[in-house]
Amino acid sequence: MVSQTLHPWIRSLRPWGRRGLLCALRGLPDAALAVTANIALIVLSVLSVLTTVVGVGLFAVPVVTAAVRRVANLRRRLAGTWAQVPIPVPYRPEPDGRQNPWQRYRRTVTDPATWRDLLWLLLEIPVGLVLGLVPTLLILYGLLGVVLEPVLLGVVLGPFGYAATWPVDDLATRLLVFPQGVLILATGLAAAPLALRVHALFARWLLAPTRSAALTRRVRDLTESRAETVDAQAAELRRIERDLHDGAQARMVAVGMTIGLAEELVGRDPQAAQRLLGEAREASSRALVELRDLVRGIHPPVLAERGLSGAVQALALAVPLPVRVRVDLPGRPAAPVESAVYFAVAEALANVTKHSRARTAWIELTHTDGRLVAVVGDDGDGGADPDRGTGLPGIGRRLAAFDGTMTVTSPPGGPTVVTMELSCELSSRKTWPSSGTA
Amino acid sequence: MRVVIAEDLALLRDGLTRLLTAFGFEVVAAVDNGPALLPALTTHRPDVAVVDVRLPPTFTDEGLQAAIAARTQVPGLPVLVLSQHVEQLYARELLSDRSGGVGYLLKDRVSDVGQFVDAVRQVASGGTVMDPEVVAQLLARRTRDEPLAGLTAREREVLGLMAEGRSNAAVAGRLFVTEKAVSKHINSIFSKLGLPPSDDDNRRVLAVLTYLDA
Repeated sequence: MVSQTLHPWIRSLRPWGRRGLLCALRGLPDAALAVTANIALIVLSVLSVLTTVVGVGLFAVPVVTAAVRRVANLRRRLAGTWAQVPIPVPYRPEPDGRQNPWQRYRRTVTDPATWRDLLWLLLEIPVGLVLGLVPTLLILYGLLGVVLEPVLLGVVLGPFGYAATWPVDDLATRLLVFPQGVLILATGLAAAPLALRVHALFARWLLAPTRSAALTRRVRDLTESRAETVDAQAAELRRIERDLHDGAQARMVAVGMTIGLAEELVGRDPQAAQRLLGEAREASSRALVELRDLVRGIHPPVLAERGLSGAVQALALAVPLPVRVRVDLPGRPAAPVESAVYFAVAEALANVTKHSRARTAWIELTHTDGRLVAVVGDDGDGGADPDRGTGLPGIGRRLAAFDGTMTVTSPPGGPTVVTMELSCELSSRKTWPSSGTA
Repeated sequence: MRVVIAEDLALLRDGLTRLLTAFGFEVVAAVDNGPALLPALTTHRPDVAVVDVRLPPTFTDEGLQAAIAARTQVPGLPVLVLSQHVEQLYARELLSDRSGGVGYLLKDRVSDVGQFVDAVRQVASGGTVMDPEVVAQLLARRTRDEPLAGLTAREREVLGLMAEGRSNAAVAGRLFVTEKAVSKHINSIFSKLGLPPSDDDNRRVLAVLTYLDA
């Protein structure tokens, strides 16, 4: 009877207890790591720094530091997977090419992260030991009170006590053992996840990039993407110049010449003049076709006229398979963002029709929490590799200029889903309401 | 025939006016911006309007919007829309009221004066004239929609030429067949698309619309 009434109550406790136990167990390798790797590495670090005076440290410091970083990285990973406290890696990137020992030494000791790692090595020893072991010890002691004490008290001879009751020598104190054990066990189970989290937060305090390191990294990323953008833009302008020069411009020169000739001939040979005028008209049409293609590549007119949602609809209409379009943008992004997203979607859609053998595709444009998300998916063969070809990396570069990202999931057999994301504000200009199948 | 022209570039506006006047049209108004277009269309109620998609002040698609708005106030008001580029999206929007009297051409086509004037007349008489570029885009697509899947290749060709606003005689000339053969094809298209016998012009519009919607 009792077990049946208790059952649901105990069952509701089970996941809680399991979680406490798991966290307590995870504390054990943490503690072990703190007393083994950290003690050994702090000794080696101090030795290597001291021996710099006699030159040995020049070689030893980078080697020891590399080992320290491995341990610190392990700690970062554990904090992320066990306590859901992700810790980014703060180290400056390895430069390209070979370095001489002095350069390597200098780079190691001038990275502030090296010294923060050392501080962590030292403080982690007591912190890791205490936070890692205490929950397990509490649980074990609690179990002792719950299970062993009532059994053993009769067997064990001599003075004995438990927790606050010491010694246990009469019925009153004996009755207090069990509840105390339960309390301590519960405390241990409750403390374990907390200890794991506090430990991870402690690691983040010293092992995460400092504000200035994070900013330095960001500046470097931006510099890189800006350089790429500038390069790409310059190349684009050169292409446009060449296209105009060899195409429409040349044709218009020819048109002018032909009309001039016709002017000369109109009195003497009206028929020849008429033929020439016909030719001039032909040439001007061809120039217009070239200009139109060029303009489409620079800034598609439909984008200027209808904004992103209309332009994406127009794109969907132009591909030879049904495309479901869902646009949910409460306003319009800035023109450069619209353009980047448009071309990114166009490229992704072109890949769908070129490679995937898809039967249907879909486009989704949404904006939440200051991020514009564009998804292009298809039900084709899958197996698309974002690093191969020029299309997908091109999209990545285009979006990088706006601090955007692109991810591709394309398992063999499909579906392929290209997700493009960038942060941007929307202006209150209304876009055209649009959704439907094209 | 009375015409309203909307075009912001003076050079082209004057050119169009001169061209249409030379072919016997009477240009009753030539406006150069979007806001002036709608009142011009609804007060003059021309036999046909020739409208540029992109007009000041926003240089987006104000001409198109004004044309569509005018057609909701004056159903069937014939409008020929000109643009530097053609989009199926716009073609659909223009045709969506299903009343015909709609043209949609690249500006380039103006240079072929004879054909352009023909197109204006076709639109004025309630026909539908789509730019060959729009039709080419449609032909490039796989057949994927049920209503069109049943058409033979030749019937699709005929339907494409119908969309360009060509008469039966012109279609026959283009495909090197007799006019009788063409009208047989057209009847077969109508029945396959489920268009009941009615006023022939309207059926042509509906067939073209089905074509664009595919």
